[in-house]
Amino acid sequence: MKFVGCIAILAALAGTALATEIPQADRRSGYSFMGPDSRAMQDDDTSNPGMLWVLDGETLWKRKAGTAGKACGDCHSDARVSMKGVAARYPTFDKALGKPVDLEGRINLCRSNHQQAPPLAYESRELLALTAYVAQQSRGMPIEVGNDPDLAPFVAKGHELFTRRQGQLNLACANCHDDNWDRKLAGAPITQGQPTGYPLYRLEWQSLGSLQRRLRACITGIRAQAYEYGSPELVELEAYLMSRARGMKLETPAVRP
Amino acid sequence: MARPVLIALLATAAFAACGPAGAEGLLPYTVAGDAVPDSLTGTKGDATRGRALIVERSSTCILCHSGPFPEQAFQGDLAPNLSGSGSRWSEGQLRLRLVDASHFDPATIMPSYYRIDGLTRVGNAWRDKPILSAEQIEDIVAYLVTLRD
Repeated sequence: MKFVGCIAILAALAGTALATEIPQADRRSGYSFMGPDSRAMQDDDTSNPGMLWVLDGETLWKRKAGTAGKACGDCHSDARVSMKGVAARYPTFDKALGKPVDLEGRINLCRSNHQQAPPLAYESRELLALTAYVAQQSRGMPIEVGNDPDLAPFVAKGHELFTRRQGQLNLACANCHDDNWDRKLAGAPITQGQPTGYPLYRLEWQSLGSLQRRLRACITGIRAQAYEYGSPELVELEAYLMSRARGMKLETPAVRP
Repeated sequence: MARPVLIALLATAAFAACGPAGAEGLLPYTVAGDAVPDSLTGTKGDATRGRALIVERSSTCILCHSGPFPEQAFQGDLAPNLSGSGSRWSEGQLRLRLVDASHFDPATIMPSYYRIDGLTRVGNAWRDKPILSAEQIEDIVAYLVTLRD
């Protein structure tokens, strides 16, 4: 009995050790962990390198693609109106597919369904540009993911992935980003992992990159097998992270170190 | 020539007696209380190599720990400063902390540096390999015991 009791207590401890979600009032964008130079770079559109992708995206929005010979703008008109607030709701549950779709996935679905164009590869210049252009229309708007009951089971799966230890280093996302944010890993502050600015310009990458790229880099960092681009697991993680950041303002295109 | 054979025989005997289950490919070790008293390799590590290993990024130590490494600009503060480790812990205690810190606290964020079982979705490049080899652990232990307050 004593032994069984011990196991139960240990299991309960192990469970609660990762259950410390960040209180609403303590949530912070990665922006607040940066130095003044990086903040200034993000704040000024003429110095924010992400704006180069946004401008490319604006061009691509108007360019006809695929055998249907349609541009995004032929259906959606002026993105500054039609796309306002859209990125703040992604990933969203797609009823026809019965699964969540992130913004990159939605752009590619639009291409295959409406433009009859081949999908754009994850992290391609074109997909990053279109995603950045669409997401920038929601800059300053609060993230709204997490209200849809259809999405809830996928958010729950994402949360389970977030708290699952993996890899040779046997760490879960939550070990750093829930339990140890604002401490220093190799001299740099650990952020909360709030996905408020994607796609974003990372100085380390010298490029814009997607949230999936960031997640894959983190997963490789704990020496686990990274999920493939577009995999259900990455979309579930995106859905969980966006719901976790519900109410925080979008910053796309953000700048990060 | 006789010594490696003897070690191998001893190691085999120790493995049969109390080696950690499912840890094929690792040298067996014996936990006694809160320590692994005997060297994993049967020989003493090299403290100079140990220091070099600790500050090497791929070893991962100073991602989380800081220590008496004034030349290292990027150290972590997720875990205790390593200064004085040799005053706080015996060689055997340090060895078990490196080999399997979860022995002391199942919820610790410190990885088990000499374990290949019980892990999930390990990346191809690291699969079935401990984070540090037995030799590397002995070198690091040999260095840590020299850190005295």
